[in-house]
Formats: sequence, C-alpha cells, structure tokens
Amino acid sequence: MDQRNFTYMFYGFAAAWLILAIYVVSLVSRGRKLQDQLETLKRTLSQEKL
Amino acid sequence: MFDKILLAVGLTSGLYLVRNLYTMLLVLPDEAAQGMIYRIMFFHIPSWWTCFLSFLVAGIASAVAIRSKSNRADSLAVAATEVGLAFTFVGLATGMIWAKIIWGIWWTWDARLTWAFITALTYAGYLMMRNMIPDPSERLRVTGVLNVFAFASVVICYKAIDWWRTQHPGAVMSFRTGGGNIDPAMEGMTYHNFIAFLLLCVVMVTLRLRQEETLREIEGLRRLAYSR
Repeated sequence: MDQRNFTYMFYGFAAAWLILAIYVVSLVSRGRKLQDQLETLKRTLSQEKL
Repeated sequence: MFDKILLAVGLTSGLYLVRNLYTMLLVLPDEAAQGMIYRIMFFHIPSWWTCFLSFLVAGIASAVAIRSKSNRADSLAVAATEVGLAFTFVGLATGMIWAKIIWGIWWTWDARLTWAFITALTYAGYLMMRNMIPDPSERLRVTGVLNVFAFASVVICYKAIDWWRTQHPGAVMSFRTGGGNIDPAMEGMTYHNFIAFLLLCVVMVTLRLRQEETLREIEGLRRLAYSR
C-alpha cells in the first residue's frame, strides 16, 4: 500500500507540474509566433506604402 | 521594467513552489488515515481556488467588456479564462489520482465532480466559441454573456458539497468549518501553495493578456491591408 501510495502521490505531483509547465511553454511559444506575425505584417504594410 | 517585474514574480512563484515541495515532503508528517497520498491535496485544493478566482475575474471582466464595449476587458476575460482552465485541469487530474487510491476508482458522477466537469466544459466551450465568431464586437458580446453566466457553474461546483450528499469529501478548511477538521500545519501548507499558484496565475494571465492585445493588433492590421 505504501509503495502504491508513494507512486500515486508522485503521479499527482508530476501531473500538476507537467500541466502547468506545458501551458507555460505553449504560452511562450505562442507569444513568439504572434510577435513574428505582427512584425511580418508591419514590414509588409510599410513596404506597400513605399 | 515591467518585464523584469513579471520575471521576478514568475521566479518567486517557482521558488515558492520548490520551497513548498520541500516542506510538504520532508517536514510535514503523513496523514493518519490516508498516509502520504494526502499531499496531493496541497496541489488539488489551491488549483481549484486559483481557477475559481480566475473565472471570477473573467466573469467580472466580461461584464465590464459588455457594458463599456472595452476590448481590453474582453482580452482580460479570455486570458483569465484560459489560465483558469489550465488550473482546472490540474484540479481534475490531481483529484482523479487521489481518488484512485482513496476510493479505488478514478471518477464517479457525484454532484461535486459532475459540476467540476461541467465547469471545465463550459469554459472550454467559451474559448472554442471565440474562434468561431470573426466579428470582434459580436464576439465580445456573445461570448461575454456566456462567460458571465458560466460563473454560475463555479458557484454550484463550490457549494455542491454543502447542497448534496457527495462522495467527494466535505469542507475541511477552518474558514468554512470553524476549525478542527484539519491540522493547522497542513492547512497552512495549502495556503502557501495557493499563494504560489496565485503568483504564477498573475504572470500567466499577464502574458496571455499581452498576446490577446497583439492578436487584436494583427487583426486590425490585416483589416487595414485588405481594405487597401
């Protein structure tokens, strides 16, 4: 029981950290993509102006 | 400057979580009836509090957005909802793992768990619905109303253990029971992790809010490009 208890406690901790870590990583990568998109769009529009 | 503050808050929450991990694993004793598995509660309970608070902020922001047609408030609503949903998944996952040991099953359709599931579905639906409405003002109005009413499911979820007889344990925190149901050190640990989660939540919401603002800028520029 104790071994199983420990294993599941580890799963619980791991699940909590993993979900939050995955979300933070996805948040950062999404932010970078959006920033790239914005810069490309701004560049395209300024070139069209010229 | 603001970025540095955000980074500092993020690092503080990370270090706080690590410090809490040390205390819960090496300082606090096992619980008499549950053994060591009870420690999952230090993540389970704070994650639910954090998501409830995020959904409250999202609901208020949506109400403000509808009333004042504020895009910024609408962005805050999206950011708080998405981050709240991440914490909801933490709450659901940790609860299921705890239940497997204590109840012998991963899930049961009692009132608390069912409403927790409905809450997750409702807010996921809100986020999905936003992608289906291209017009920003219509999106603000329609999804805003949904977000305000969705908070009812949070209230029902929170009160389910008082209103119905559930397999889910009843309230243990002293602010709900008046004390005596949980060891003060264990209760303190729950609050410590809640503060760490709250700090992390603030950082995540701020980052997500910025993205939503960038997204609006992109949408505006695209419209400008098409109109030429």
